[in-house]
Amino acid sequence: MEELSKHFLNNNRRHFLKKMGLGIGGLAAASLLDPFSSLAGDNNLNLTGLNLPHFAPKAKRVIYLFQSGGPSQLDLFDYKPLLNKMRGQDLPDSVRQGQRLTGMTSGQESFPLVGSNFKFDQYGESRAWVSSIMPYTAKVVDELCFIKSMHTEAINHDPAITFFQTGSQQPGRPSIGSWMSYGLGSLNENLPTFSVLLSRGTGRPFSQPLYSRLWGNGFLSSLHQGVQFRSGKDPVLYLKDPEGMTRSQRRAMLDHISELNQKQEAEFGDPEINSRIAQYEMAYRMQTSVPDTMNVEDEPEHIIQMYGVDAMTPGTYAANCLLARRMAERDVRFIQLYHMGWDQHFDLPSQIEKQAKDIDQATAALIMDLKQRGLLEDTLVVWGGEFGRTNYSQGTLTDTNYGRDHHPKCFTMFMAGGGVKPGFTYGETDDFGYNINKDPMHVHDLQATIMHLMGIDHTKFTHKHQGRRFRLTDVSGHVVHDILT
Amino acid sequence: MAKDKKNSNRFVLALYFIVPFAIVLLVKYGLSISDYSNKYISNATSAEHSDLNEKTNKLPDTIDYIFDVKPILSDRCYLCHGPDEGTREAGLRLDTKDGAYKALASNLENYTIVPGKPEQSRLVYKITNTDPQQVMPPPNSNLTLSEYEKQVLIKWIEQGAAWKSHWSFVAPQKKEVPKIINEKWATNEVDYFIAKRLDLEELKPSKEASKEQLIRRVYFDLTGLPPSLEDIDAFLSDKTNNAYEKVVDKLLTSNAYGERMAATWLDLSRYADTHGYQDDLERIMWPWRDWVISAFNRNIPYDEFVKWQLAGDLIPNATPEQIVATAFNRNHKITQEGGVIDEEYRVEYVMDRANTTSKAILGLTMECARCHDHKYDPISQKEFYSFYGFFNKVGEKGQIDYGEIPEPNIKITQKEIDEALAFINLPDSIKEIKLMVMKDNAPNRKTHILKRGQYDAPDKEVELGTPNVILKYSDSLPKNRLGLANWIFNKDNALTARVAVNRMWQHIFGVGIVSTSDDFGNQGALPSHPELLDWLAVTFREEGWDMKKMYKRLVMSSTYKQTSKIPPNLLEIDPDNVLLARYSRSKLTAEMIRDNALAVSGLLVNKIGGPSVKPYQPPGLWAETTSGQGLTKYIPDTGENLYRRSLYTFWKRTVPPPTMMTFDAPTRDFCEVKRQKTSTPLQALVMLNDPQLIEAAEHLAKTVLEDKTISKDDRVKLIFRKITSRFPTEEELTELVQYVKTVETDFESNSNIAKSGSASKTEYAYTLLSSLIFNLDEAIIKG
Repeated sequence: MEELSKHFLNNNRRHFLKKMGLGIGGLAAASLLDPFSSLAGDNNLNLTGLNLPHFAPKAKRVIYLFQSGGPSQLDLFDYKPLLNKMRGQDLPDSVRQGQRLTGMTSGQESFPLVGSNFKFDQYGESRAWVSSIMPYTAKVVDELCFIKSMHTEAINHDPAITFFQTGSQQPGRPSIGSWMSYGLGSLNENLPTFSVLLSRGTGRPFSQPLYSRLWGNGFLSSLHQGVQFRSGKDPVLYLKDPEGMTRSQRRAMLDHISELNQKQEAEFGDPEINSRIAQYEMAYRMQTSVPDTMNVEDEPEHIIQMYGVDAMTPGTYAANCLLARRMAERDVRFIQLYHMGWDQHFDLPSQIEKQAKDIDQATAALIMDLKQRGLLEDTLVVWGGEFGRTNYSQGTLTDTNYGRDHHPKCFTMFMAGGGVKPGFTYGETDDFGYNINKDPMHVHDLQATIMHLMGIDHTKFTHKHQGRRFRLTDVSGHVVHDILT
Repeated sequence: MAKDKKNSNRFVLALYFIVPFAIVLLVKYGLSISDYSNKYISNATSAEHSDLNEKTNKLPDTIDYIFDVKPILSDRCYLCHGPDEGTREAGLRLDTKDGAYKALASNLENYTIVPGKPEQSRLVYKITNTDPQQVMPPPNSNLTLSEYEKQVLIKWIEQGAAWKSHWSFVAPQKKEVPKIINEKWATNEVDYFIAKRLDLEELKPSKEASKEQLIRRVYFDLTGLPPSLEDIDAFLSDKTNNAYEKVVDKLLTSNAYGERMAATWLDLSRYADTHGYQDDLERIMWPWRDWVISAFNRNIPYDEFVKWQLAGDLIPNATPEQIVATAFNRNHKITQEGGVIDEEYRVEYVMDRANTTSKAILGLTMECARCHDHKYDPISQKEFYSFYGFFNKVGEKGQIDYGEIPEPNIKITQKEIDEALAFINLPDSIKEIKLMVMKDNAPNRKTHILKRGQYDAPDKEVELGTPNVILKYSDSLPKNRLGLANWIFNKDNALTARVAVNRMWQHIFGVGIVSTSDDFGNQGALPSHPELLDWLAVTFREEGWDMKKMYKRLVMSSTYKQTSKIPPNLLEIDPDNVLLARYSRSKLTAEMIRDNALAVSGLLVNKIGGPSVKPYQPPGLWAETTSGQGLTKYIPDTGENLYRRSLYTFWKRTVPPPTMMTFDAPTRDFCEVKRQKTSTPLQALVMLNDPQLIEAAEHLAKTVLEDKTISKDDRVKLIFRKITSRFPTEEELTELVQYVKTVETDFESNSNIAKSGSASKTEYAYTLLSSLIFNLDEAIIKG
């Protein structure tokens, strides 16, 4: 037996090394190195064949808190008193400058400006503006790096969210987490490299859907697809053994499968059989490691209180933030949360207050919890949606109520940890909160910067598909060095 | 083979180190054949094949432009010195002979390439330069040339820099079938071409697969289903010379043949049961799917099959069937998202049709010319929009309303079905359906070049037409889709037949003769057996595009019938099996894995067509992501709809059936002609725990236990045979029988197990046994 394995080890190593010299084809082949295996991780960088990272990374892992629907920057972070002064007046053409509108407001007779109903104050040493509905976030602003000058090209949800996740408005390309899995491999041999958690907002529980292609692998190997972690009995699809089956029975069955498969391998000489045996072992380990990650019962009371009571309700944003921290502790490379419900076309004040309540405390807790564990320094936390919202009201403006349409020309995101300047604000919008005054940051710039923090030169990290070298940032994108530590 | 547990555990441990290396072998890239006497050895791009030779530092004696030089120029130079005028640097283009040989504009004394004189060739000066300001490719391109590649280019110029047209744009020639050493081995022409290559490499084909392997393989390839034990036994006992051919003929006339072929065509056609964007509402396209199944079963010739789908509505006196076929080009996604700009999306649909037609039928990635001239292939942006124009006359909306059936469509009731559409299986509960079809009901819409590919940036108007480099669009052809279809099937179109037979080859052998079955352009792979590809292409056309005849030829070949055992020397020499000195051991598709479980356990409901069905799916998947509109909750069907073949499973694009995705099915967002082949832990979890597979295991166990007269050994044998199509060895049998006993003991000693279900001790043991066997590697291998 040992001789046989040695034989294959040698054989395959020879083939492998040959392929390493093969340029792109070799890369594609090497991408199938088990990304869940530590072999493909930091300690064996060359084994991924991609020569990544290109330089020393500032962050080892990412927690991306996607706020789906398009949170209103004007009611959370981008304080514009002029809009309160000019409330009800029409958006001047000189400000709009022909910007295309969605079909939802393009027919509107007037575009009455509206400032936020919520009170803004400055917080921390960084004196960052935060509205009254984000009290916990206000307390941690000195950890945050705000980008007030995000802008995108898409004006509708599906293309806009697809653009953020894949660098292209049309579906079909790999998600950012898949790129990371492909490029950097795994740090943990028991959990998926790219893990996904979903939650539904209470502000507008039914507004915009999500699509599983947002965490899809596109043209990369399906080894790199995001794996959804769900609340309930089966946290990863098909993880749970059939009712009544004991662990020792599962182990015994796997041992038989492995032994019979080895006989096949001896007869057919197909190395793929060995890979299958290893995948079964990984599956077996996941059956323990996933529930262990999901089980928050060992969390002390003060931690639960830090994230808020929702943290004990599986499937909430707060619970997912706590899980995100547990995943980060276990070195999951890319942890992606989606919180739905940020699409406030109407009844914005009441809806957004609830949305903010969903996420405020837990987001702040996540950052501080990472910090107290020493994880924040090499974990990059990203918060933001797919576009911003208009400075004028969609629908009728009343004394207490308004709505806002999609706005691609400026919106706010923030990041924390992993190599970004804490207590810093980048970019600036005009007094109308409609255009960018200073330091615009495009979606591709954000992607380029995230990759940079992970040690990747976004122009060099490509994958050849149908004859063309594709990259996350398509053909553009600049690293924004000003926000880096 | 060591049997004790310790050793086996140690082996498993060792695997963690082997696996990364082993997986590499999976992918059909690269090759490791050192003999360079034959040019046609690469299954991947020649750049790789050159690099490999770099290891041996062995330059070919004669440098071939197509196989050695152009792949380098294309991959490293065309980006700035290729077909795209917009980004061309220094006025130099290397993709045309004129461009490459002419004097450089800035200095008439300076030539890029001077045949025979590398020292005077500017290209050599540039690629060998060590000054970062001078060297090509420039450092900021992130592209480099290896020493070997430089030497190839230099030697090519030394040898006179002979130029040839791109192979796939030159019409295929049917050459004489070659002479081979062992003619007795060959069954048909395919084998002569394969054996010729093996002769050159001094290799021999493998011996024939066992009859059990063979019947399993051909059943899955032609029908997507396993052979029954009766089928296997009949074949094993049939000692006549044409026993195998009888099986093949039977399969080609079975209805399951059409279902199997349709499954592949659905990927290519991006078929789905929903619109695909945002709220992703339901649509009815299944009558078209049923037409595809029927068309394959009736063996409609490939040219008709494609022409109807592209332009059936324009055929004079078009039949309802021909119109239904055009639904092919309405399978693209459609948005209903509030607030989108109509024209933006309408343009996407036209793009999708043009891209699908180009990729699927012509093997070209024409979409690359959407925003600018193609970077690698001689297709200008203008030509792309000329081609796009054929699909731009449909009177359709970009944004549809909730519940709206997009125009143009046709109404189908039982009356139409009785008269002309017998292949549609309309349930009694449905009185009328409306099917989206193609219709040029916006005949006056003009087509413009779109700057940067953007809907709101029209440039010059273009005439309808096709890329000149493939074949001139004859003035006698009408400028509509029907004319286009005829241009595609003109016998001088060098691509159509090659692309078709290559895909058929891929279907049977796992990898195409051109491994990039979606790209026959400059960046695509070169054919591993070019003369065979051409022979098949011309023959296919000469035989009237007869698909069944072609498939029969492929599966009857001795090449196909070889064993899939890999002797160590072949693993070393040809790990990717480019030479086909053996059959490639290949995995069942996502559909086959489930269908196999249903079939062998006796659960499968064999019924053709009708509305898509909803088998088991883990609860909550739709509900978790929905906006509350449209398909908000997945409610599994009941009764026989739970057990239909997987090609009938309802396909919601934004949340596709999870097990299908786990086993490498594409998302159906776009045309795909080739699936990935991966091995992941999530696949292991599906095989171990998917309730469908557990139910199949239970059902199989119960069925086998019904016969009280047979022995324990025979029961185990029966289950093993049903799932793997072969008899277990003595050793395997002993191990499995022992396993059953162990589980029975477990059952007795552990009350939790007994309480968990209604199964008896024996039922439980045989269920686990069945599950174990379903999880063997062999159970998901074709043979």
